[in-house]
Amino acid sequence: MRPTRLATTVAIAASAALLAGCSSSGDDPSADGDVTITWWHNSNTGEGKDFYDDVAAEFEADHPGVTVEVSAMQHEDMLTKLDAAFQSGDAPSVYMERGGGELADHVEAGLTKDLTDVAGDTIDKLGGSVAGWQVDGHTYGLPFSLGVVGFWYNKSLFAEAGIDTPPTTQAELDDAVTKLKAAGIDPISVGAGDKWPAAHYWYYYAMRECSQDVLSDAVGTLDFSDPCFVRAGEDLEELVGTEPFNPGFLSTPAQSGPTSASGLLATGKVAMELAGHWEPGVMQGLTEDEQGLGDDTGWFPFPEIDGGEGAQDAALGGGDAWAVSQDAPDEAVDFVQYLLSDDVQKRFAELDMGLPTNATASQYVSDPSLAQLLEVRDSAPYVQLYFDTAFGPSVGGAMNDAIALMFAGQATPQDVVDATQAAADAEM
Amino acid sequence: MTHDVRSPEAVERATARPAASGPARRGRSASVRMRLEILFFVGPALLLFLFFVVWPIVKAVQFSFYRWKGFGPLVDFVGLKNYALVLQNEVFTDAVVHNLVIVVMSIVLQLPLGLAIALLLNRKMWGQGLLRTIIFVPYVLAEVIAGVVWFQLLQPQYGVVDTMLASIGLEGPAQGWLGTPEYALGTVIVVLTWKYLGLAVILFLAGLQGVPDELHEAAQIDGASWWQVQRRITIPLLGPTIRTWMFLSMIGSLQLFDMVWILTKGGPANATTTMATFLITEGTKRHNYGTAAAASVILFVIALVLALTYQRFVLRRDVAEPTARKKATR
Repeated sequence: MRPTRLATTVAIAASAALLAGCSSSGDDPSADGDVTITWWHNSNTGEGKDFYDDVAAEFEADHPGVTVEVSAMQHEDMLTKLDAAFQSGDAPSVYMERGGGELADHVEAGLTKDLTDVAGDTIDKLGGSVAGWQVDGHTYGLPFSLGVVGFWYNKSLFAEAGIDTPPTTQAELDDAVTKLKAAGIDPISVGAGDKWPAAHYWYYYAMRECSQDVLSDAVGTLDFSDPCFVRAGEDLEELVGTEPFNPGFLSTPAQSGPTSASGLLATGKVAMELAGHWEPGVMQGLTEDEQGLGDDTGWFPFPEIDGGEGAQDAALGGGDAWAVSQDAPDEAVDFVQYLLSDDVQKRFAELDMGLPTNATASQYVSDPSLAQLLEVRDSAPYVQLYFDTAFGPSVGGAMNDAIALMFAGQATPQDVVDATQAAADAEM
Repeated sequence: MTHDVRSPEAVERATARPAASGPARRGRSASVRMRLEILFFVGPALLLFLFFVVWPIVKAVQFSFYRWKGFGPLVDFVGLKNYALVLQNEVFTDAVVHNLVIVVMSIVLQLPLGLAIALLLNRKMWGQGLLRTIIFVPYVLAEVIAGVVWFQLLQPQYGVVDTMLASIGLEGPAQGWLGTPEYALGTVIVVLTWKYLGLAVILFLAGLQGVPDELHEAAQIDGASWWQVQRRITIPLLGPTIRTWMFLSMIGSLQLFDMVWILTKGGPANATTTMATFLITEGTKRHNYGTAAAASVILFVIALVLALTYQRFVLRRDVAEPTARKKATR
């Protein structure tokens, strides 16, 4: 019976190994008195990654005894890992915070450090940009890039359709859509499959229809009873009614692949798309020559509407901030302040990694489209944080769902307000 | 999905044969040793099962009683409110309907197709091995990869499917197969059928190996046509295999997530949401982990009740049959 014996031995050995595997646990690296800062960011390729590695090394050189452990991750991976890290209580010292309702949740759970006093100078320097990262007058994040949403368009397709100047009013936009269709060009791509790109339209109409007071009240009290919110939906319904979007927009993703909304714009299949400051970078990644639309890239702000109560030049936007987790060492606060210093922001701008928030760095942005955005952002009366971010994932998610239904013709302007209000009431 | 695929024959054999064959009476020490041995071998698996299956279920039930954002302590106890929210949510009740449609349609489409293909492939013919491989490949393909490929094929206007339709003068729906709420669920079901037909065929083929040749020969000698042989002998003898396959298919359909997530994310306009996509959206996207947990418990209960009912009323026959039949025929 040798084979059986042998099999038994092997099985026992395997079981033992399995048991041993179960009981072993990771041993902690011994603490040697030095301070370690963990830093998660999402510039995980090319120049951006090298730049951040350099910045970490410089900080280490200036602060003997401090080690900065850098983890560069793909954006979606980073978000998933951050959620898990917050659940397990093992959050990185310095991480990216999007602000708004999500930040408020983090603050309520005591996960993130109040920077109001410890980083006061930097906060003063950033001025109004920090608004999205404040909860009850305290500042919890230092925004390093703040972008605005607008229409990216293809200059040659516009010329082909006989549109000389980019539209500035709703009527001109409708006119441009008509001309493009007449020329056989799909006017606008929208990634309604991912919902938030579709929701940006509603946000913008709400900003045009509602005064800033109404909007900031809504963010604070989650009360959407002002009739301007219904009017925003009516504006959007009219736009959807003109059928300006790419075929299949209901299932089109925002940015992944050549048939995504960004891909369609990058490959010249549609004339324009409503998107944020990330668009040129995304389009470059979606074209074989890594040029995106190249010299054909144009940008114009979301059009004005007649009779709206809101500021017609206000901008919708959002950005990323560095935040410090509650249990991080004090050196982490110094580190985020270093990240917002004139020098680091200047180099950030020179690499066109985003729209710097430190005013001294603005002049170094070299990309013409980004420079134009920066001008719009800085001249806007206010920059409204994306509603879904501002209201938090629960209310924002319900809102985006309802808006996506409206794109499918299955929700009325009142339905959007009702769905949002219902989710908001569940929060209370 | 149907990960736990054992040969139905193996299941049957294991359950059908009573353990009466153990003849030896052993001493006390031997039986203690036996128990220790069982404990030793079952132990690790049991630990893993407790840790990765039972514990998460217990935690999910616990979460479902709280309003919880996914971080911080569990403090906001809300009782059964999350369950009420889920059951009143139209998106969830629609998702249950979608799941049931998928359960029924999977069986209605795959059973006759799978049987037909299995019967064909069971005949001696040229290229049999190649055909079997072709049929089975989709099932082996990772679900995510299959999903991405189909997603690209089904792209409106620029996708292969629409291009091919255009070349013969037809036009796909303007919003695309996956973007039109009326067609989206049907399209997903077609892709699922393509993906899982291979499993049905391979199981049925395996079942066909268990149908004795003598019966076929006897029937043929008695003058039965090929069709009569299949209808009166092969398919009835395939019964246990079919019933096991149906069970796997139903459980897989109830828990369906990957394919839907990649093809439509539950859209357009919630036309393809399943219970699993609903709870993922509620949880990881919206941070309503309490509601998501309640939805997952409801999904668990539905699947469990269905599984137990099916085992009690359908699969039990297969377990009881061999002995009963033996007695009856003697």
